Amino acid sequence: MQLNREELLQSYRTMCTIREFEERVHSEFSEGGIPGFVHLYAGEEASAVGVCSHLDDRDNIASTHRGHGHCIAKGCDVNGMMAEIFGRGDGLCGGKGGSMHIADLSKGMMGANGIVGGGPPLICGAALTAKTLKTGGVAVAFVGDGASNQGTTLESYNLAKVWNLPAIFVVEDNGYAESTASVWAVAGDQSKRAAAFGMPSYELDGNDFFAIHQAAGEAVERARGGGGPSLIHVKLTRYFGHFEGDAMTYRQAGEIEVARRERDPLRFFRQRVTEAGVLEAHQLDEIESEVKRLIDQSVVLSKAAPPPTPERLLTDVYVSY
Amino acid sequence: MSKKSYRQAINEALAQEMRRDPTVIVMGEDNAGGMGAPGDDDAWGGVLGVTKGLMPEFGRDRVLDTPITESAFIGAAVGAAATGLRPVAELMFVDFLGVCFDQIFNQAAKFRYMFGGKAVTPVVIRTMYGAGFRAASQHSQCLYPIFTHIPGLKVVVPSSAYEAKGLLIQSIRDNDPVIFLEHKVLYDEIEEVPDEPYTIPFGEANLTREGDHVTIVALGRMVGFANRAADALQKEGITCTVVDPRTTSPLDEDTIIESVENTGRLVVVDEASPRCGMAADISALVAQNAFKALKAPIRMVTPPHTPVPFAPQLEDAYIPTPEKIADAVRHVMA
Repeated sequence: MQLNREELLQSYRTMCTIREFEERVHSEFSEGGIPGFVHLYAGEEASAVGVCSHLDDRDNIASTHRGHGHCIAKGCDVNGMMAEIFGRGDGLCGGKGGSMHIADLSKGMMGANGIVGGGPPLICGAALTAKTLKTGGVAVAFVGDGASNQGTTLESYNLAKVWNLPAIFVVEDNGYAESTASVWAVAGDQSKRAAAFGMPSYELDGNDFFAIHQAAGEAVERARGGGGPSLIHVKLTRYFGHFEGDAMTYRQAGEIEVARRERDPLRFFRQRVTEAGVLEAHQLDEIESEVKRLIDQSVVLSKAAPPPTPERLLTDVYVSY
Repeated sequence: MSKKSYRQAINEALAQEMRRDPTVIVMGEDNAGGMGAPGDDDAWGGVLGVTKGLMPEFGRDRVLDTPITESAFIGAAVGAAATGLRPVAELMFVDFLGVCFDQIFNQAAKFRYMFGGKAVTPVVIRTMYGAGFRAASQHSQCLYPIFTHIPGLKVVVPSSAYEAKGLLIQSIRDNDPVIFLEHKVLYDEIEEVPDEPYTIPFGEANLTREGDHVTIVALGRMVGFANRAADALQKEGITCTVVDPRTTSPLDEDTIIESVENTGRLVVVDEASPRCGMAADISALVAQNAFKALKAPIRMVTPPHTPVPFAPQLEDAYIPTPEKIADAVRHVMA
């Protein structure tokens, strides 16, 4: 699946936006401006962007507590997201959801999710809608290695298969469910699980945007064509803790530094496209500068924005009551 | 108008709404039955035949049988509702709530609020509840207070065939997540039910009779029991108002308070467990808002705080009866 220059630039821009967004949330959080707690996606960008670059507004995704990257990749407004994380009234969810509940159904983003394994049943429903109304849409659940063991996830594999749904399950295995290693907590392996449910699957390096893009393209095409669900298992590295403030004593010394230096998905992308002579380094540099300005601006706007008005406490519980 | 059972009234509501709106679909375990099996299609039409005949009319694409995976298919109903369908999912027995509650209370109930008012999740979860079938502890509970506790859910407890049809059509047309609780002992109860579609609004209690001395608030199957108790008491010169709230969320607080202000006495009948149930909730409502009108302490008629037992003698002792309700009324009159 060949990407043209425009698509490559767009993919790089989206990955950079996620990276810059997360690095900035990391620093803003440490300065105390962000309430609650946040789970950052930095290091995992190739997965969200590799998959979502095949999707449009008729397609739905469900995300996780580590959801900022999926939101950005699915087209959520970055200013609205930042304002939401700061708990502002003009946040994407009016300041009522926060980091773990960012959603924009108009973009097919069915929500980050505070419940590990909450998403897979929901995307079976979105896929059922697409199938019933014949929209041609597909639905994707991103889950972590932790959620891959939840009954909801395994039940959803089964339901997606027996209903032959246009569904895709992306298992983002960053090696740790909180502090517990996936090599310990996951019995068997992900692709054999998929095989047991009769689903095609892919085992991929999660730092390799191109491999993920290729596999996701096949899975999306299969789903759109009525060929049923697929599973994509990507192994990647999260650059921060489970949550901000996690001292990460369960990780090996230097683990993140080595990953950032040797396997970084953005660096990998840059190397591939420049060595192949498809894009020039200065084009990528320009994107990085533009993204930095965009994120700077989102933080400035968020800090200046007022909190939700007190009346908002009572609104939006029901459509009518 | 013709005589219909509670089961037929529910079936008719589903069929009429499916004819009216192509986005209404039905899903659940054995809702048609026989899926993939060598014998008959529409073999069961639901475990107690409530959805019988829907699949032959609407096809397998709109009447979906599911594997026994409540988390997956209840969640799928929620996800489908958030993306454009109006699913009516059947949780066969409300007791199975334990294996799928997350999708109901953390997902469906919260979407609209968490997402800043931008989500609409018009899902209906039909579920069978109640004691009296000798079905023991895991197939007999009245768990509507648990749903009522959750902001974002609407909870409907129809007490008769007429109520069931109008309230189910309202539930399907409603844009919020609705839990629709069907008492399994009522399925064969028959009354006059209009043939045409009609709705009964949520949050508007029904006074099944009006009297001067005592207000009895009762839910679901207990409404009929309260009326039988009131019949017996009338012969003793005690007249009762019987309030059927119809929905526990929203709850028609005004009608309950107003009635107690008129009668000065309250008996609340609830087939659910006594702790943190509707009887306690309605008692607190009245104590807080109509205390000065009360001429006697409020009386709650509920089962004991035990699981539902199996042996017929024990189960009969567990369930509130018209006699226990009448005794409670005599107590507040004494």
